[in-house]
Formats: sequence, structure tokens, C-alpha cells
Amino acid sequence: MHELAVVQSMLDVVLEHARQGKAQRVQSIVLKIGELRDLVDEYIQSYFDYLSKDTLAAGASLKIERLPVVFLCEDCDNRFPVRLQEVVRIACPHCGGEKVNLVSGREFYIDHLEVI
Amino acid sequence: MAEMRLIDVKKEILSDNQARAAENRELLRRNRVFMVNLMASPGAGKTSLIMRTISDLQEAFGIGVIEGDIASAVDAEKVAAAGVPAVQLRTGGFCHLDATMISMALQELELAKLDLVIVENVGNLVCPAEFDLGENKKAMILSIPEGDDKPLKYPLMFSVTDVLVINKMDYLGGGNADFDMTAFMARIQSLNQTVRTFKVSCKTGEGLGSWTHWLRDEITLCRGAVPETIQ
Repeated sequence: MHELAVVQSMLDVVLEHARQGKAQRVQSIVLKIGELRDLVDEYIQSYFDYLSKDTLAAGASLKIERLPVVFLCEDCDNRFPVRLQEVVRIACPHCGGEKVNLVSGREFYIDHLEVI
Repeated sequence: MAEMRLIDVKKEILSDNQARAAENRELLRRNRVFMVNLMASPGAGKTSLIMRTISDLQEAFGIGVIEGDIASAVDAEKVAAAGVPAVQLRTGGFCHLDATMISMALQELELAKLDLVIVENVGNLVCPAEFDLGENKKAMILSIPEGDDKPLKYPLMFSVTDVLVINKMDYLGGGNADFDMTAFMARIQSLNQTVRTFKVSCKTGEGLGSWTHWLRDEITLCRGAVPETIQ
């Protein structure tokens, strides 16, 4: 639901960097987004198409790289991905330990642009 | 033909909002005001907790409230009736508050007279988690009837919050609430090792003392902080 605000903010950052880099046109934008972020990829692209219409990022494709939710086990140092919507208990698949800490899945940044 | 090349960005998508939030934080710090961003589902008890907090702390501290809930004109009136300045944000159906809205609201409060600003965020567990407002602490409420599975359904909010208030503890008493506290706390711990939890009932008043005690400590710390421009 907050995709529009997110996309506007992202577009501003993209245009700033494209101008600084003297780009004529932005062809694609590579985003790294952790699975914990509740954003619908399809909405992001269509909002982007709408908002970027008259800018040098018009027509650019968004390449959204989704990064998994990963926990680290305190007992055995094992790192393991978890699909939170599908589990009832977050436990280490290696030793069964439940003392686990979230280490990634909240990423939310623009990695790079492909421009001409 | 022009050749394709890469421009490295490595920048947060919401960096504009974060810059605004940093300005708000600086403004609050200069005025020695503690701001808490209160987030929860509709009906979890945001307004009840705010009213309880006001009545416990208003003698000792200057309190202001920023009302962001979509359906909360009534809430702002309730707060104002308690003698506390309240700013009603017109979010026009927005699903979250952002740092720019808060910056406008802060201009309408007499910060020099305040020690505590409570922001009542829009009622949902998804969007508000994404936006830094410039608050000192994020607090969220989860009420017992919402269920113990919520950390798995809305993990981002549980992972970013500094404080978790578990409200409607009185629902557990009858033995008919299907809420596994042990499993719930384990899920919270996995997502957030530093979160502070308070178990309360805004209805009976149970546990509220520890919440207001924590707030008192935070406000006092904030008031004692020496304003510095460089840090």
C-alpha cells in the first residue's frame, strides 16, 4: 500500500545519480530488497512507469533482487534461510536450537543503474 | 550507438525520508524532547495507552500528541480534552506517516514547553514499519486477541521496534484466549534481541507502571542531555 511513496523516493535518488553521471537514459535499475519488506514487485514497476514518464528514467526496467530472511544460530553458528509465512517455529535446521538471531532480510537499497 | 555503463548507487531507497527524519531528531534534541512513535493494528489500544500515559505523566512532564490515525479526529478531541496539545494530521487515507508530515506537525507544537511527544501512527502493522519519523524510540502494541502468530505475519515491524507493549493481558485470565505466550516470546526474541517488552492491560491498569517508569527514565535522560550541534 505504501509502494507509491517508496517509488517516488526511489525515483528521486535514481534521477539524482543519473544526472550526476551524465546519463542520457536510464535503462535499468537494480534494487536489493529483503524479503521482510512488504512490497509487491508488480506494483513497484507500474507505479514506476507512471511516475517516471517524463524523466530520463522513463521506460527503465526494475530488476528487483529479493534477499532471503536469514537467521544465525547462537549455538552452532549455522546460517539458515527461513520463509516466515510458512513456519510456526523459528529453529536451527542443523541443531534444532531456538536461540537464533535475524541477520538479514531487511535490505532496502538501490544497488546500481544501467545507463547510456 | 551509445554504450551502456553502470552507475554505482548503493543508497537506501528511502534516503530522502531518512534525511528529513534526521532533521526532526536534531530539532527534538535541541529542545530536549523525547518522541515516541507508537504503532499498532486498529483496535490494539493505541488511544487507550496514550490516555493512560497522559494521566500518569502529565503532572510531571509537558506532553504533546501527534495524531496520525486515519479515523482519529475523535482521538485528537479526547487527547485535547485531557488538556494536552494535540496536532491532527490529515493523512487523507495514507497508510503511514513520514518524516515530512511529522516535521510539519512539530512546527505546530510549542516544543520549548514539552518533554514528551507521542506520535499515534496510522493503524496497521505493515507500512509504518518502513518510515523513520525522527523518533527517539519506536514502540508497538500487540493485543492478545490479535494472536501469537503476528510476528511471523508482520516480521518487519517486530524486528524494528524498540519497545513492544503487549496489551489486553486481561484476556488471558479467562483461560479461553488461544495465545501461546512462550511461542510468541520466542518468535519476538528471534526477530529482535534488544526489544523491551511490557505486559499491560489498559483496561485494568495491570503492568502500566513499568511502561510509564520506562518512559520517565527515557524522558529524564533526554532532558539531561547536553545539546550539542556536533556529534
